[in-house]
Amino acid sequence: MVANMFVVPQTIVAMAANMFVVPQTRGTVLCCKCGIPMAPNPANMCVTCLRLEVDITEGLRKHVIIMYCPECESYLQPPRTWIKAQLESKELLTFCVKRLENDLKKVRLVNAEFIWTEPHSKRIKVKLKVQKEVLNGAILEQSYVVEYVQQDHMCESCTRFQANPDQWVAAVQLRQRVAHRRTFFYLEQLILKHDAAVHAIKIKQMDQGIDFFFGNRSHAVKFVEFLGKVAPTKSRHDKQLVSHDPKNNNYNYKYTFSVEISPICREDLICLPPKVAASLGNLGPLVICTKVTNNIALLDPFTLRQCFLDTDQYWRHSFKSLLGSRQLVEYDVFDVEVVSPEYNVGGSKYVLADIEVARITDYGKLFYIRTHLGHILKPGDRALGYDLYGANSNDMELDKYKGLVLPEAILIKKSYEEKRQKKRGKPRSWKLKSLDMEVDDTKGRAYEEKMNSEYEGFLRDLEENPELRFNLSLYRNRDYQPSEMASVSEGDDMPSVPLEELLADLELSEQEDGEDSMRE
Amino acid sequence: MATRLMFENSCEVGVFSKLTNAYCLVAIGGSESFYSTFEAELADVIPVVKTSIAGTRIIGRLCAGNKNGLLLPHTTTDQELQHLRNSLPDQVVVQRVDERLSALGNCIACNDHVALTHTDLDRETEELIADVLGVEVFRQTIAGNILVGSYCAISNRGGLVHPHTSIEDLDELSTLLQVPLVAGTINRGSEVIAAGMVVNDWTAFCGADTTATELSVIESVFKLREAQPTAIVDEMRKSLIDSYV
Repeated sequence: MVANMFVVPQTIVAMAANMFVVPQTRGTVLCCKCGIPMAPNPANMCVTCLRLEVDITEGLRKHVIIMYCPECESYLQPPRTWIKAQLESKELLTFCVKRLENDLKKVRLVNAEFIWTEPHSKRIKVKLKVQKEVLNGAILEQSYVVEYVQQDHMCESCTRFQANPDQWVAAVQLRQRVAHRRTFFYLEQLILKHDAAVHAIKIKQMDQGIDFFFGNRSHAVKFVEFLGKVAPTKSRHDKQLVSHDPKNNNYNYKYTFSVEISPICREDLICLPPKVAASLGNLGPLVICTKVTNNIALLDPFTLRQCFLDTDQYWRHSFKSLLGSRQLVEYDVFDVEVVSPEYNVGGSKYVLADIEVARITDYGKLFYIRTHLGHILKPGDRALGYDLYGANSNDMELDKYKGLVLPEAILIKKSYEEKRQKKRGKPRSWKLKSLDMEVDDTKGRAYEEKMNSEYEGFLRDLEENPELRFNLSLYRNRDYQPSEMASVSEGDDMPSVPLEELLADLELSEQEDGEDSMRE
Repeated sequence: MATRLMFENSCEVGVFSKLTNAYCLVAIGGSESFYSTFEAELADVIPVVKTSIAGTRIIGRLCAGNKNGLLLPHTTTDQELQHLRNSLPDQVVVQRVDERLSALGNCIACNDHVALTHTDLDRETEELIADVLGVEVFRQTIAGNILVGSYCAISNRGGLVHPHTSIEDLDELSTLLQVPLVAGTINRGSEVIAAGMVVNDWTAFCGADTTATELSVIESVFKLREAQPTAIVDEMRKSLIDSYV
């Protein structure tokens, strides 16, 4: 253990000059204390005697008290930092050794390792191996054990949280003034995918929106920025003075961020205001919204022209939609006459076609209309569209266009309703996670049913639109077992999510499973 | 017999004293205890002289000598030289040496027949050593150390050298000196042998830190157990009687 630092300089010189070197046999001397023969070393004492003589761990701390927050499982690094660390982890060892920093200036640390202790004992034991030079140049190595006593001491943030768990500093009120909640189902998935609301203390479902509560203003600001990136939003913020300490010039505020999402949704029919139509190169004025991100994509179904409106452009004019997805009517397709080749517009394919349809509720009236869905509609299919013939619109913008001839119907998408009838009640092969949201139960049964059917509609949308689920995380449903029968019967063109798109989810808790099944 | 003692709380007794078979020099200390220890042991055999050299107390490191003579550094004052000449027996030649390396005690290790010297000593000094001390002079090192006077202690009966001395070096040195040598330590592991002890043919004085093990090594290598001034006379007489009979 005792390193011998003795080197004969002559030997080195002689070796360098290639001279004759007298062989040097190391003699033995007697240990000066116990008298056993040993090789000479700088202390001229055998290791056993040296250990008895000097204790290099003398004056090093063997007991250290550390503060431990039982709530967030972190340790206090003086003066104020709290470090999260698991037992026996690398971080904890670093922390433990760091607490001995002053001691370890006197000696050289060679090794440190944990000795296992019962977690309930609130003791951490670390075995340290140190080296130090003793008695004219001998280096002695010795290991010793330091016992750390954990004292429970709640950290500041936990104390505050314990005192009042619902204490929020910033609230984000997210709203969309429309009759359905589709946007929020989609946003919920986006938020989950990006972990945007991890810092939220509470999430509450509200009428026409969701409220998010945060413990910190910066978390709320970050969340609002995230929303601005995924949806066309308009936000304003306010603060309310809660308390004020004039001596320290401290002000305590509660911040409120009001975020409004544009009421334009995917599949909405919009009559553009004349100014907007003109600025977009006389688009429309009747257009379909095909996609909403932080831009709004508008498609003219008669010319297949597509335009994008960014958030600023939209809010400058802030028009509303003429008809929304709730007004979609089912049509039967009788005849399809393709009039154009296949066009690729913004990543999706469209074909213009003249088409003969009738509302399924009223076969007495046939409509001959032009549609952009020529590529997927065949005679005998069903399609969903807006019934302008039967609609009673009182839209201001529509009135501004004198002499505008409205088509009798505008088809939006193919309908798979018939095929779905067979599948009713069967679970899907995939599922979604959901935010831990507080729901107001007082609205009654009808409201809940409406929510469920809207959620189902959202799930169908996901199945039909690969583009829509591109940004989301879908998980495998372990309860789902594909049956031979089902696969045969649904073999035709019923849209579904391919298995390779799904993520295996290992940590979906039972509670979440329960929620999912309740919704479906 | 070896004696353990201290000079004013220092265990480096070889620094503050010089012991030969014909005389003993002792530094002038604050208390008499150091001097009286020597006096008690040696008074009825050889003179114990209190002196300083060049005004300092580190006389053991500054002078070199044996029963034939005493070499003093050029820094020695005339008064000190005179005092030593007056105090020492007449047959001991006291000589001042004009040598650049003035700590003669560190540069020269000698018994009554052989001297090992620092490799860089002057030619004249070497001749002076041979003349005054009546010894053969060898320029040597001990375990790579050129200060031979510091790292070994030799008498006419044995010698103790630096603990790192290799076996080959030990053989060579003991061939030169014609006495048995052993590598060892003094003062609880100290390597500076000559600083920790003084020795002559029948007695030794060691620093108070010297352990029993070290003491037993010293006593055995210098053959101090059977060596009393009277024992030598007894032995001689025995041989005389032998020859008479």
